Amino acid sequence: MIAQYVLSGLTTGAIYALVALGFAIIYNASHVINFAQGEFVMIGGMASAAFFDAGLPLPVAIVLSIGVATLVGLLLEKLAVEPARDASVITLIIITIGASILLRGLATLVWDKKIHRLPAFSGEAPIVIGSTAGGATLLPQVLWVLGVSAAAVALLTWFFRRTLTGKAILAVSHNRLAARLMGISVRRVLAVSFGLSAALGALAGALIAPISFTAWDVGVMLGLKGFAAAILGGLGSSAGAVLGGLALGLIESLGAGYLSSAYKDVFAFLIIIAALVFLPNGLLGRRAAERV
Amino acid sequence: MDSSVAARPNGYSKTPRKPLLALAAIVAAMPLVLPNNYTYEVAILVGLNAIVCVGLNLLIGYAGQISLGHAGFVGLGAYGSAILAARYGWPPLVSLPVAVAAAGLIAWAIGRPLLRLQSHALAMATLGFGVIVSIVLSTEDRVTGGPDGMAVPPLLVQGERAWYWIVAITLVGAVWLAQNLIDSPRGRALRALHGSEVAAGALGIDAGAHKLSAFVISALFAAAAGALSAHYAGFITPGKASFLHSIELVTMVVFGGMASIFGAVVGAAVLTTLPQLLTVFKEYEMVLLGAVMMLTMIFMPRGLVPTLERALAAARRRPE
Repeated sequence: MIAQYVLSGLTTGAIYALVALGFAIIYNASHVINFAQGEFVMIGGMASAAFFDAGLPLPVAIVLSIGVATLVGLLLEKLAVEPARDASVITLIIITIGASILLRGLATLVWDKKIHRLPAFSGEAPIVIGSTAGGATLLPQVLWVLGVSAAAVALLTWFFRRTLTGKAILAVSHNRLAARLMGISVRRVLAVSFGLSAALGALAGALIAPISFTAWDVGVMLGLKGFAAAILGGLGSSAGAVLGGLALGLIESLGAGYLSSAYKDVFAFLIIIAALVFLPNGLLGRRAAERV
Repeated sequence: MDSSVAARPNGYSKTPRKPLLALAAIVAAMPLVLPNNYTYEVAILVGLNAIVCVGLNLLIGYAGQISLGHAGFVGLGAYGSAILAARYGWPPLVSLPVAVAAAGLIAWAIGRPLLRLQSHALAMATLGFGVIVSIVLSTEDRVTGGPDGMAVPPLLVQGERAWYWIVAITLVGAVWLAQNLIDSPRGRALRALHGSEVAAGALGIDAGAHKLSAFVISALFAAAAGALSAHYAGFITPGKASFLHSIELVTMVVFGGMASIFGAVVGAAVLTTLPQLLTVFKEYEMVLLGAVMMLTMIFMPRGLVPTLERALAAARRRPE
């Protein structure tokens, strides 16, 4: 049984990790908590399903949906965050909340209020691991979720360590003014980080849609969990986001399995609150000191 | 900051009494223009949300501490009073203050560890509290009625017109309390915290105690509004305590203008009535609401009331 719980915990955890990474990237570049992050996940799932239903092959539908979400992310940065860049952090947060309501509304107009399903990427026949009594069964889609998430994290690590654009984003996150003086275009860094976060969110949305379905309002809860994972790991830390996501997924799944499924989110949030009280900067967060 | 002081012609530092009188006058005159029960209903909703927002603004706008879980306190007040009255047969006149006090006690207990957290960690922790309350309310269905909600016994009177006055008087009282608090040394300490917690601490302000008192007061306001709304509507659902409602409340405060008590009232009024007005646009309702929120915050980043106050002050100076 425990193998089954761990497996399903890691699967949802991987999705939370991708959403949390989106929060971390945008936070690093702009200090904005993007409450529209969950809507990118929704767009990823809904657009994939819509393109697939329109007759496109599944891989094409998914790539297109990631493209749509990236475009939305860039537009959000250009039209809403950029014009308000001098506003306080909380004003920017309210702008992203407005954007999330707008995007949910648009989703009901462009698509509908029904629940949609994307077919599994490679068949639905469950794979049995070990003996049927003590082992676990898993859907092939779970392997897709874990594999693609791991690949995305690896690619992202490479991007931040090895490419000039990735290093520019890191530089801006450490010191915006110094980065600008070094000739880094902060505006471009902001655009790239919003585009990247949107693409990650949409990828997560497409990956999870065959397992948990998708609808116009799935972004609210997924965004909330992603935010929780990002804070648990330490806001702004990429490794922390992944760790926080996996931890959150595991807590939920083990809590649901052994204690009570109705209260799984209560355990998750209780543990997060306790973790924050003892580790106020999250598992891997930087210590911040206030300057007077 | 400096320019707003300069904008005041006499340079007085005390909060003027005129706005409070103006609010009382507007509230008293409203029944003259409210045509039917439906508009009374909306006005009552506005008033209840405004009570929560005036309290929340003390915490967010003055003490500079975010809470993404205040709907949790609304829910605690509402369900606390409802359960005591409906399940244990307490008279609502007793159950209401007891439930509000209990919510304040809970705020005090959780506020002590949580308010040590900074900005985003605090946002997360309060959010977690709100989510926990709303899950407990929808799961413990034997006591709370679960997701379907529960019926609540009436408080003294029924009907929109009587309730309008109960809510109106409570709102004016809440604003009066909040204004007095801000004018007091305690209020100045809160504003110092907003500027810089470390600097305030260096001046001998007990940051922890002041943050905690702002948190507890805001929770009491939220719980009172929640309990009133439960007895007014005669029915409650866990939606009262939901994460989305917490977000709505913060949005009202920021939309109207942080650190402006009347901003909180105006924010609550606009964002409560707007969705009602937008229902005529049917399926476009959410798109329009999101767009209005974004545009207002982009073009008036300080919020509605502070931006308008500045514009008025500038217009008054120009003719000379």
